[in-house]
Amino acid sequence: MRADRRAFMKATLGAATVLAAPYGFVKSTNQAWGAQSWIKKGEPIKVGLLFSLTGGLAVPEEDSTLVMQYAIDEINKAGGIAGQPIEPVIVDAKSDFNVYSEKTKELILRNRVVALFGCYTSASRKAILPTVMAQNHLLYYPTCYEGAECTQNTICTGPLANQHSKDLIPFMVQQFGKKVFFVGSNYVWPKESNKNAKVWLQQAGGELLGEEYIPLGSSEFGPVLNKIREAKPNFIFSTVVGASDIAFHKQFKQEGFKVDSMPIASLTTGEIETRAMGNEFGAGHFLSAPYFQGLDNPTNHKFVEGFLKSKYGKNGVTHYNMEETYLSAYVFKYGLEKAIAKVGLEEVTPRAIRDSTGGIKVEDAVSPEGLIWIDDQNFNAWLKPKIGQCQADGSFKIVKASAEHVAPDPYSIYPDLGKCTADGLKAADGKVRKSVI
Amino acid sequence: MAVGSFFTSFDLSAFINALILGISIASIWLIAALGLTIIYGAVGVINMAHGEFIMLGAYSSYMLQSFLGLPFLLCVPASFLIVVAVGLILERGLIRYLYKRPLDTLLATFGVSLVLMQGVRLIFGSDPKYLAVPPIFSSNIQFAFVNISVFRVVVLLVTIAVVVALWALFYRTRFGVQVRAVMQDKEMAASFGVNADRVYMLTFALGAGLAGLAGSLFGVLNIVLPTMGAAYVVQAFLVVVVGGGTLAGSVAAGGATGELQSIFAYFTNDTFARFVLFVMIVVFLRIRPQGLFAPSAKRR
Repeated sequence: MRADRRAFMKATLGAATVLAAPYGFVKSTNQAWGAQSWIKKGEPIKVGLLFSLTGGLAVPEEDSTLVMQYAIDEINKAGGIAGQPIEPVIVDAKSDFNVYSEKTKELILRNRVVALFGCYTSASRKAILPTVMAQNHLLYYPTCYEGAECTQNTICTGPLANQHSKDLIPFMVQQFGKKVFFVGSNYVWPKESNKNAKVWLQQAGGELLGEEYIPLGSSEFGPVLNKIREAKPNFIFSTVVGASDIAFHKQFKQEGFKVDSMPIASLTTGEIETRAMGNEFGAGHFLSAPYFQGLDNPTNHKFVEGFLKSKYGKNGVTHYNMEETYLSAYVFKYGLEKAIAKVGLEEVTPRAIRDSTGGIKVEDAVSPEGLIWIDDQNFNAWLKPKIGQCQADGSFKIVKASAEHVAPDPYSIYPDLGKCTADGLKAADGKVRKSVI
Repeated sequence: MAVGSFFTSFDLSAFINALILGISIASIWLIAALGLTIIYGAVGVINMAHGEFIMLGAYSSYMLQSFLGLPFLLCVPASFLIVVAVGLILERGLIRYLYKRPLDTLLATFGVSLVLMQGVRLIFGSDPKYLAVPPIFSSNIQFAFVNISVFRVVVLLVTIAVVVALWALFYRTRFGVQVRAVMQDKEMAASFGVNADRVYMLTFALGAGLAGLAGSLFGVLNIVLPTMGAAYVVQAFLVVVVGGGTLAGSVAAGGATGELQSIFAYFTNDTFARFVLFVMIVVFLRIRPQGLFAPSAKRR
């Protein structure tokens, strides 16, 4: 074929039109698929459950998947959202950060879920956030984390580092004495949590005797316990997570430490961990969390009983991480209902749900831990941290509950960086940076 | 950070405690590595499923304890026997076809490790299990300024007993002579009437059983999970590689690395101690790639 000038021009113009076409949609509707809605009338509302069902993170994350399915069943039985049922798309992230980020793309682009619920560790959250932000999508992060993030695409229902230890440190100083030893797993969350804890410790007039970090997954606590024995603190503040945490509590007792004279105050050792280590190793230690299985209120009784009897309750326990995940389902429901009322069912985008979620409340009648609400600036939860002491039967007795809701502040220890607002991180000079992780 | 704040000030009694702890850490690493040493040293198979044999040992103890109500002290030898049986089945069913293809055994045992892990997860679920021990094991011994937990002493004693038993087996019995003959030269040993196939089978099963024994002890120190083996397998390989694949080598390597880990952890912290130790091992293997006590055998 002879390529002449005219044919070349035609082809170029045609190609340019084809290539430019999607950008027309992008400009007009601010999303790449333009005509295709996230939610269609008469079809189920798809959400992605991005947790690990296998690998090292499976212990907490399998429970998260189960409790999300329970919450979704509950919402569907009560009529769904705007008359449409929710349909979970369950994937296994295999405790592998690459898989987290692959599955995120798959859930958003192929399954076209309207929201993601997922992750238990900050590492996996940081692995998927770039994708979530690039797609202007929405992640419900349903557990505690360290803060120092200000994205316009996440909603968190767990406690931030500034809420988590605020009551615990002064309480322990008052009950047991000023001298404390910090032990944590060696990664970002324990280090940031300890920075916060130091602020509270200083205010309470406490004294930090030492700070040790153990490699993630390590089970040898001999050297650390020897150092603690030398330092003789009044109590230990622990941010050790996962399997290491269980080894830590076991070896604490095996090495002859006495819980009465030197208890461990932890941010993570809940009902599941206690059961895995054996009640005699957990008894007497303290945990700070917004939720305990033993909370005495009608909503919690209903939640515990309903969940354990359901087909998802096979592991026989409800703990703070599961309850925070359960709450995220209701935060999603209320946010979506508000967004539908505002823009219409077929026009709802993940970002519209997030923008409607500011100020959303989960009332006492629904929330097992009691009323919480989502901050309209940083989209973390206002909640009441509680302190529980583990009993001989493995249950927790609430020894102190915060009277007031504590405000979430992701930048509490970095005031120089600015304040997290709905539009981004606002610095002192008034500049706003979007999507800060 | 100032150097002074990074290193803990020296204190003799604390340092002696660290040395004693080092012996305990060494015994834990050594007992994790014994099974691997035998399988690698005698059979020449790099067993990637070693961590999962450890895990199987812990689950065997859990099973015997919670379903049959066996006391913990009986669970330990019983776990040994159960994992011996698993090793035997595995050797007969898979490994024996791969002796001439060392690279394939690497892949095959890795595959086996995944199958075992997933199998256990399907049967027992992925939530952690709990091993109950007599209360005396949850206490500690205090003697002047020296502190050590009873269970660490138990692990140390079991390790010593197993090492002595293995030494006696390899150097004082007819079977041991056969194993050493096969290690040195399989064809030559076979021509003298040693049933090399049987020797391989039994040593592989023995190695697997030792991992099971270690696992039932680790279930008390640590947590019983399908993935628990991964935490020990790195140290086990380290000990075997540094030791050179012989029993004496593993004992020396386990002792040295465990003690160094404890001493470095005393002066700095656990994470840094591990870093220093690994760097030292890399340097050591650069100078002496065959390990501490390498067998003067013809390798396959």
